[in-house]
Amino acid sequence: MTELAWGAEAWSEVRASLDRCIKCTVCETACPVAAVTELFPGPKTVGPQAERFRTGGQSPDLSVDYCSGCGICSRVCPQDVRIAELNSRARSELKRERGAPLRDQLVARPGLLGRAGRPVAPLFNWAMANSLIRWAGERTIGIHRKAPVPRSTTRTFSYWVGHHVGTRSARRVVYFHGCSTQWYEPHVGQKVTAILEHNGYQVVIPKQDCCGLPLQSNGLFPAARKAVTRLARQLVPDGTSDLPVIASSTSCGLMLKREAREILGADSPELRSVSQRTYDIFEFLLELHQRGELRTDFKPVPLTVAYHAPCQQQNQLIGKPALEILRLIPGLRLVELDRSCCGIAGTYGVKREKYEIAMRVGEPLFADIQAEGPDLVACDSETCRWQISAATGATSVHPLEILHRAYGGS
Amino acid sequence: MNALDTDVLVIGGGSTGAGVAWDSALRGLHVTLVDRQDFATGTSGRFHGLLHSGGRYAVKDPGSARECAAENRILRQVAADCLEDTGGLFVSTPEDDLEYADRFLAAARAAGMEIEEVPVGVALRDEPRLNPKIRRAFRVQDGSIDSWKMISALLRGAQAHGAKVLPYHKVVKVIRQGDRVEGAVMEDQRTGEEVRVNAGCVVNAAGAWSGQVAQLAGCEVGVRPGKGVMVAINHRLARAVLNRCHLPSDGDIIVPVRTVSVIGTTDHPVADPDDTECSPEEVHQMIEAGELLVPGFKESRALRVWSGSRPLLPKTEGAAGAGDREVSRSHTVLDHGARDGLEGLVTIAGGKFTTLRLMAEDTVDVVVRKLGRGAECRTRTEVLPGSESHHFYWIGNRQQEAESDPPDDPLICECELVSQHDLDTVVARRPNWRLDDIRRALRVGMGPCQGGFCAFRVAGMLHQEGRYGRAEANSALREFVQERWKGVKVISWGAQARQTRLDRWIFEGVYDLEHLPE
Repeated sequence: MTELAWGAEAWSEVRASLDRCIKCTVCETACPVAAVTELFPGPKTVGPQAERFRTGGQSPDLSVDYCSGCGICSRVCPQDVRIAELNSRARSELKRERGAPLRDQLVARPGLLGRAGRPVAPLFNWAMANSLIRWAGERTIGIHRKAPVPRSTTRTFSYWVGHHVGTRSARRVVYFHGCSTQWYEPHVGQKVTAILEHNGYQVVIPKQDCCGLPLQSNGLFPAARKAVTRLARQLVPDGTSDLPVIASSTSCGLMLKREAREILGADSPELRSVSQRTYDIFEFLLELHQRGELRTDFKPVPLTVAYHAPCQQQNQLIGKPALEILRLIPGLRLVELDRSCCGIAGTYGVKREKYEIAMRVGEPLFADIQAEGPDLVACDSETCRWQISAATGATSVHPLEILHRAYGGS
Repeated sequence: MNALDTDVLVIGGGSTGAGVAWDSALRGLHVTLVDRQDFATGTSGRFHGLLHSGGRYAVKDPGSARECAAENRILRQVAADCLEDTGGLFVSTPEDDLEYADRFLAAARAAGMEIEEVPVGVALRDEPRLNPKIRRAFRVQDGSIDSWKMISALLRGAQAHGAKVLPYHKVVKVIRQGDRVEGAVMEDQRTGEEVRVNAGCVVNAAGAWSGQVAQLAGCEVGVRPGKGVMVAINHRLARAVLNRCHLPSDGDIIVPVRTVSVIGTTDHPVADPDDTECSPEEVHQMIEAGELLVPGFKESRALRVWSGSRPLLPKTEGAAGAGDREVSRSHTVLDHGARDGLEGLVTIAGGKFTTLRLMAEDTVDVVVRKLGRGAECRTRTEVLPGSESHHFYWIGNRQQEAESDPPDDPLICECELVSQHDLDTVVARRPNWRLDDIRRALRVGMGPCQGGFCAFRVAGMLHQEGRYGRAEANSALREFVQERWKGVKVISWGAQARQTRLDRWIFEGVYDLEHLPE
């Protein structure tokens, strides 16, 4: 495949969608970034409008780099213009022409940082919390000193998988856990496995690498394409080619479901197959519940939990299944936070020049959380959880951790 | 009545007239150029924008091909700012004769064109939307011309050398003294005032209208207006000009020009060059034809339809006695002294935008001979104003500039990225702007929304600045919206129909356009 932005067939479809724009400006009013900074002129402006001035090979505009990629514009567009996808492609073209800074290369590879941090996790975590080191990191590579970074662990999720004796069952699913579960939050993967097993499923957990989403959002398309194509192969171990693939990281799930093909133009038989079988964990559980197959032997969870549906979860167009499931739990006081974006947008908000913007984007959400003062904030996306905790001091968890507790887990 | 004296009076402010004005002015002659409307409103402002490599004429009209190839090279040197170096492809679609491709290649080389055959895979890589079933592909030096920029640059250049230009000055009388033309009387179409221009020589550069001008002088020019219909597609479907490699016919070329792709064109003889009506059948024919070069063309958003009249001249007009009825695309300078015994009048007819410089050179050579003074032609090497850096115009230029616009300089036209500062700069240049003149100068209202979001802004601003009274602003807005509607009514389907609906809601629902006070 040629690496020109003007390349794949999928790209032609995304580009052709600009024809549907009638300039109604709905996207501009919904964009959380344009609302807080003049550095980003707005999704209509840098999307369907600017696209008419691009021919590939030379990017006329730099401001598209300030698009956070949250995807709200595409979701609200009444004419189905693929605005966020246009922006993503334009950003990639920009990086291709000008080269991506080391910082972007680094944050785009969570496995790299995870591997480096794991053997020396306590030291790594200390360093990440040390203000002098963080200050130096901001000055040298441009990661904002206050930006949320995950805590490294010495035991990866795959280490746990290696020692886990799963249940055997005729009903099987493949679990796509993603990088954050592997390197930073193995407990999320453990709880997903426990919940699925509790519901009578055998969980197949193949060895897997990054889906390439951070590469994609940093405009590094060739590497992202390679990553997602490799992952799709890894997710089809022998005899599993018709099983549901369950994702607990919403953004990575969306990558498999849609973005790999629609934004990256990646294509392979495995990817096409996996893409059609991928479910968000709560989407899957809600379907079980609707069929009357979800176990509801819940213990009361006497907590106030504020739930935030992250952008990439909303972009899956599956509603808010986590809310519907958590509502089944007795004793739980559930507050729906009806705000659009926390600002972090994957790796956007960790960058020196974008940190302040990201914090302003998340301000309404943070204010709601602080006003509510919940015991826990639940959010399906890892980077959003880290952002919310860093900004508000609240403890944030994946909503399935609450479900796990209701099933009697600790 | 005001009276002016000039060496050369040029009638017609299209590419031909502007070229003649620039050429004459460089030769040290005093020039006055007039047009019945704004400049570039006739055929020049209504063409597809192709800078010919010569390929379209290579087989059938080698003389024209040779001229195009040579002039293409010269224009790239002297008028870079008005040109985009898109390159061009001639491709053999499944419906085109492969044997023609061989003849085409040989003829193109013979005409002095730069041409290379490229593997089909390479052509498809460069142009992903090109029909994957093409069988051969040739790369040529086609480009696109921004006609308004070009004509504006020619006129600014001429003015810098003393020329006087008068838009909206319609010739109402050609002054004859016996068998000699001595000038003309013009009526200012905006004020009704008459101006008399006494000229050493009058050049009839009215193109498709040159028959009408000649009649005023009492002689005949058998120019035959040939109407061509074009459709602009909302965005660029290809980077290069795409041509079918076959004998030129209708709808076989897609030109990436400014922010759009233009598909052209048809050729129907019409009696009146002002006949610009486009029938749904002609539009349908264009859209269908595009499918052969770019599959899915039909689903693309058609933005606007228009037509222009080629100033075709039967060969019999040029060389008396030649029995050939065939129409040439080359140009002819008619010396009415030799031809009709009427001195002081020269008509330049036929030709095409790409050869405007050569047309002007040939014309002014005759003028200089008649006047008995004037220097050698300098347009081969003299660079046009704006093109001094020799950088070609590039589609991304406006986006690049918009990026650096200060935040307090808002966009007036979002589609074509025109800022308030751009608007202020242009309207300060001269009094009496019509909204449509501003459109040609800045491309306001030419994008996907066709004025829906910018027309009222411009009218309102001109009113605020005191350039328009209330009634004037209201009628200017109505007139502009009507004119835009003319170009979209026959293509009102799909996205453009939705756009038109939204625009109408804005104009009728928000502004109550039909009932604005006079």
